[in-house]
Amino acid sequence: MDDRRLTIENTTSSMVYGPSSMVLEVTDLSGIATLQDSGRRGWNKFGVPTSGPMDWFAYQAANSLLDNSPNSAVIELGLGEITFRALRNTTIAVTGAGYEVENYVWTFPLWTTFYVRAGWTVRVKKTSGGNWAYIAIAGGFDSPVIMNSRSTYLRGGIGSALKTGDVLNSFASPKDLIKLAARDFPVDKFMPYSQTPIIEVIPAPQADWFTPEGIRTFYESEYTLSPSFDRMGYRLQGSPIEKAISKELISEGMTMGSIQIPADEQPIVMMADAPTAGGYPKIANVTRADLPLLAQCEAGVSKIRFRETTVEEAQKRTMDSRR
Amino acid sequence: MLKPLGDSSILIQLGDEIDPRLNQRVHALDALLQTIPAITETVPAYCTVLVHYDPLTTTYTEIANLINEKLSLFDESTHRPSHRLEIPVLYGGASGPDLEAVATTLALSPSELIRLHSEREYTVYMMGFTPGFPYMGILDEKLNMPRLSSPRTRVPAGSVAIAGSQTGIYPVDSPGGWHILGHTPLKLFDPMSESPFLFAPGDIVKFIPDHGR
Repeated sequence: MDDRRLTIENTTSSMVYGPSSMVLEVTDLSGIATLQDSGRRGWNKFGVPTSGPMDWFAYQAANSLLDNSPNSAVIELGLGEITFRALRNTTIAVTGAGYEVENYVWTFPLWTTFYVRAGWTVRVKKTSGGNWAYIAIAGGFDSPVIMNSRSTYLRGGIGSALKTGDVLNSFASPKDLIKLAARDFPVDKFMPYSQTPIIEVIPAPQADWFTPEGIRTFYESEYTLSPSFDRMGYRLQGSPIEKAISKELISEGMTMGSIQIPADEQPIVMMADAPTAGGYPKIANVTRADLPLLAQCEAGVSKIRFRETTVEEAQKRTMDSRR
Repeated sequence: MLKPLGDSSILIQLGDEIDPRLNQRVHALDALLQTIPAITETVPAYCTVLVHYDPLTTTYTEIANLINEKLSLFDESTHRPSHRLEIPVLYGGASGPDLEAVATTLALSPSELIRLHSEREYTVYMMGFTPGFPYMGILDEKLNMPRLSSPRTRVPAGSVAIAGSQTGIYPVDSPGGWHILGHTPLKLFDPMSESPFLFAPGDIVKFIPDHGR
């Protein structure tokens, strides 16, 4: 069966390699699986979150392993497992943390690519040490482009979660599928995922709303991730952070990585589907470089610490890592 | 006043209160900022603008300098030309289930309440909560009501509601704690449309009571 329709493309969306056709059928699924590209930009002022991957590093790696365009849509799998059957030959890459891949008799580690023949069944299986896996496919998944993006935003009714029986399309890759297979992500470029991470943060505009004792607590104690976390935010548990000012904040813009301190004095870190604005004071903001480390922290297991840095230092580190 | 929010955003604070005139300055500044190509997007709110940028192509210092240049050009007289929208509203009944109770609490007749709500022009201070939700004000102070003590689990799209000094319209079915006075048939959010939103922050809105058929 072949669905060789030409996809009508929005000019700002990802590069398209060729006509798209059916490639995978989801045969079993638990947890939450959505399609995500690099995010939906330009709509924050209308109240639409950026969305995109929880772990941008693993997302980018999955596409780069397959020579996909950097904005290609991938499956983001969280808190569960997915099994799918290939409807045609393809090559896939799976990255992230806390998963492994089973393909009949073989088990593959993450951060590799492998060739899949039509009819083969692949299972991305939950282990430990992380929350999110990224499943990229040669050519990139095809799905409707909504407001210039293929990222799913469930609370806003943009796109929908994958479910058993769904059939996914992908674009044709111009590359030889066999040549894309059996690639490993270079070890020296790896993200140092850890269950005892030290996360760099930059003090946020309301940092002076907290007492010196509250600030010390934030930087010197350990936090764990509460089990009730999702793509919107990570609620942390640990020593309460004392406020010096009790007035309410007038709602203002915020971003992925913003750490709000609500009335219960326990931090909430805003994640990929976070509201574009919020009314709790923000003590600090996670650096872009360290967001993947936080995203992959396990509820109740990881011991999270924060370290203060400056915007200048964080940006210098980002630039240096790209040289 | 500029402050970093992480390594990809800058918060510009123009004041520290909910005030229509201050908010108009926010939107005027927001319009000026759209001419800086290195800014990827902005979130104008009550008294702040949050500016997002890409730290892989520029730095905090560069963006802060560009914003300060705009701020130096910016004075009390700078205004953003606003769009003015008229929104038909069917007040009361099944469309506005809280109208009677709000009128009773405020010791107004339902028709007085409708008049006070619909005779003013409101500014869209900011958008958020759900895609396309406009926070508007400022309400006549006679209409100030605290939020519902227990929010509804589902408020239908199109519901026109009040809380505190503000009024708003629910763009999609969602939970909500505001008092529902009426309903508009207009669609505030259509993700499949080329222009998905009816309103933009800074717009001027006037409600037109629809006296039915």
